[in-house]
Amino acid sequence: MSLLHIAIFAPLLFAIFIPFLFKRLRLIHTGWFVFGLSIILFIYFLQFLSDIRDYEIQETIDWIPSLGINFTAYVDGLSLLFALLITGIGSLVALYSIYYLSKEKEDLGSFYVYLLMFMGAMLGVVLSDNLIVLYTFWELTSFSSFLLIGYWYHKERSRYGAQKSMLITVFGGLAMLGGFLLLYLMTGTFSIREIVSMTSDITADPFFIPALVLVLLGAFTKSAQFPFHIWLPDAMEAPTPVSAYLHSATMVKAGIYLVARLSPIFAAQGTWFWLVAGFGIFTLTWASFNAVKQTDLKAILAYSTVSQLGLIMSLLGVGAAALHYSFLDDNLYMAATFAAVFHLINHATFKGSLFMVVGIVDHETGTRDIRKLGGLMQIMPITFTIALIGTFSMAGLPPFNGFLSKEMFLAAMVNVISLDIFNMETWGVLFPVIAWIGSVFTFVYSMLLLFKTFTGDFKPEKLEKKPHEAPFGMLLPPIILGALVVVFGFFPNILSASIIEPAAKAIAPVLIDAGQEYNSHISFWHGFTPELYMTIGIIIFGAFLYVTLPTWGKIYRRFPEKLSINYFYDQGLIRAESGSRGLTNSYMNGSIRTYMIYILISFVGILTFSIIRKDAFSFTTEGLAPIGLYEVVLGIIIFGASITILVAKSRLTSIIALGAVGYTVALFFVLFRAPDLVLTQLVIETISVALFLLAFYHLPKINRKEERIGFKLTNALVAAGVGVIVTIIAFSALSNRLFESISQYYVENTAEKAGGFNMVNVILVDFRGFDTMFEIAVLGIAALGIYGMIKLRLSRREDL
Amino acid sequence: MKTNDIILQTVTKIVSFIILMFALHIFFAGHNNPGGGFVGGLLTSGAIVLLLLAYDIKTVANSLPIDFKITVAVGLLFAVGTGLGSFLFDVPFLTHAFGELTIPILGELHLNTAVLFDIGVYLAVVGSTMTIIQTIGEGE
Repeated sequence: MSLLHIAIFAPLLFAIFIPFLFKRLRLIHTGWFVFGLSIILFIYFLQFLSDIRDYEIQETIDWIPSLGINFTAYVDGLSLLFALLITGIGSLVALYSIYYLSKEKEDLGSFYVYLLMFMGAMLGVVLSDNLIVLYTFWELTSFSSFLLIGYWYHKERSRYGAQKSMLITVFGGLAMLGGFLLLYLMTGTFSIREIVSMTSDITADPFFIPALVLVLLGAFTKSAQFPFHIWLPDAMEAPTPVSAYLHSATMVKAGIYLVARLSPIFAAQGTWFWLVAGFGIFTLTWASFNAVKQTDLKAILAYSTVSQLGLIMSLLGVGAAALHYSFLDDNLYMAATFAAVFHLINHATFKGSLFMVVGIVDHETGTRDIRKLGGLMQIMPITFTIALIGTFSMAGLPPFNGFLSKEMFLAAMVNVISLDIFNMETWGVLFPVIAWIGSVFTFVYSMLLLFKTFTGDFKPEKLEKKPHEAPFGMLLPPIILGALVVVFGFFPNILSASIIEPAAKAIAPVLIDAGQEYNSHISFWHGFTPELYMTIGIIIFGAFLYVTLPTWGKIYRRFPEKLSINYFYDQGLIRAESGSRGLTNSYMNGSIRTYMIYILISFVGILTFSIIRKDAFSFTTEGLAPIGLYEVVLGIIIFGASITILVAKSRLTSIIALGAVGYTVALFFVLFRAPDLVLTQLVIETISVALFLLAFYHLPKINRKEERIGFKLTNALVAAGVGVIVTIIAFSALSNRLFESISQYYVENTAEKAGGFNMVNVILVDFRGFDTMFEIAVLGIAALGIYGMIKLRLSRREDL
Repeated sequence: MKTNDIILQTVTKIVSFIILMFALHIFFAGHNNPGGGFVGGLLTSGAIVLLLLAYDIKTVANSLPIDFKITVAVGLLFAVGTGLGSFLFDVPFLTHAFGELTIPILGELHLNTAVLFDIGVYLAVVGSTMTIIQTIGEGE
């Protein structure tokens, strides 16, 4: 086990000790230990930075080698980027949570166990090369996210949000597993690296497109893409550190990671381009449009996260087009991948800081409702500054890092127009237009977030607490993130050489030959390009929309509630529940008669089908014995007795008739020369008729009407069907004897080998004595059962 | 008023012995003629049932102080034990052996281990049927 594996498992292992630390060391806030661990991990991963430019690190330990499932940890640019995000933001969130969660009031033991579980799972997702291992960790992230959302489990909304996110992400996760298995079927390996090397062989495979779609389902549900984004706003019931960590910086980017990671496999397909870019761009606009109408700060941020994830997703989709151009140097679409990675980092920084800011506001004022907040600028100046940096970066204003990635995004979208594959020449023009509209709304909600909270009238009477500036420890993590926003804004190239280029290389390895470098340079001022005019347009039009929001904001109310996806989800859940209950009630009605009918109809149906399918019916009179007078007479008697059972008015008549049937069967045995059977049949028939009479005698007096068996057409048809099909099978089986009976062996050997002359008995006790042994065991069990039923009447004993 | 069952009881005294004898005959004849443990067992319990009909349960329980549940167990032990016995001779489970054996007084006998197994069947059948009938008879 290498150090790399230890690093991945470290959070999971450390989680075991958290409850002890929490119980034993009550004076120290448990978060400090978590903070320490994540800082160590962060530093550990930082040291890979210099390595991954030249080579990739791969370590394998066997897990289930016979199935090709090995835990291969693999570090390249993309994995490292995510690992750094996870551990870096993780340490900041741990630090923040120390001040956010009270040591006395909260169950910190559970919280940090969940958080560490999540961190370990997330590291596992991004660092494993094996698809099954990736899936395992993937579900662990869903699971730990479920636990974290439901952290305040006594709140109904928390439980609702946790359940919703669980259902949606696990649905996607299972779809993804299906996609992985299809990939395995096509390539015979679970290793991503090996699958990538086989890509050209499998594109024509019929499983290829289903695998693509299934994998994308997993990515879209996890990364909250339309229409699966609905779980994210409800996940905001989690504690704010969790929202900052999971639902802005890391977990929701797992889907992005997956898309980026599998791009080398699928990206050459038009389907991939359309799905990823199309859903991404639509999610971007839809979510930013919806963010404007929210009144809860965290809800705004949730929709904003969805929208930004859509942005990254669409960039990855457009980046996929790069594969269709072999020249790296003037490849416009490679820049899209580049922008995606850059925005991924930027989003983690500014969204993390914004969530923390919102948490501070919530913590210090007691509310997150923008209708109650306002005028906090003078009271919380530091928080305001961080919020300003964060929101301006989110809106894409200079000089922050969001501006740069937004410019690159717009540039990529403009370049899409010139794409001449996948029918883009006709529909491509939609991309920059939709992107622009989405960006305008992004601008509007960013301004809303900032100005509604911090400017305007101060309304102390609406707040639950008297607001004041947060403690320094709580401010430190958002300050660090805010500082990063500014630093990356002014010096973007420190990122580009160290991490973005290796990451882009990992996303599009086919384009980049060995030793070749994709040199990117993020220039702050890129000249008078279309995207600059678009940004100016965004600012002007966004400002106009922001000012006139009260007038046009009414259109949100025009949207019928019934068309929202949440409504579909809720109703779907209710319908599924009531529907399945109705379905179960409709066929599980508790009546034995109905179940018998199901069983017998299936019996008849399956047998009829197979007889017709196999053309098995045959009937020959060849080899049949002649029918004698006795058989005919006995047949008539047994038929008459059977009919009597059915039509008799009294039960007593039926019992006697049943006895008659039994004795006639004994007579048949006489006729067919089976003396042992005759003896047994006679005695057994006598005993069972006596038992029937006993049961009859003890029938309850109430409802003891004598009446015929009522005629039901279904019963008659089913009974006739069973009779006919069994008869047909008997005829066909008789006519299709394939080989001689083995009875000749017994005839020859009964006396010689077993020392007896009664062949039946010798078979029963000697040749097949094993069966007899268990048959007498059955008898014994029946006797003990009857004894138990009659003697052991627990319910009556209770009455005494 | 209690009815007087003197005829029934007297006849039973004789007939039940005849049935028992017949049952034993059927049982021992089983290997060569129709019959065997199963029918023998059923007929034996038939004889006891006749006693039950003529007398009451208590009288029969006094004169035949047998717990028939134990009879079932003994029967099963016989059957399984016969099977296990074959292991002593290093042959598969339930392998029977037979042979001619000369025993003083009785003379030359044809003996078969399958009869031991059949005794198991016999006892299990008697025990089961009697347990069932007695239990139902006692329950109200």
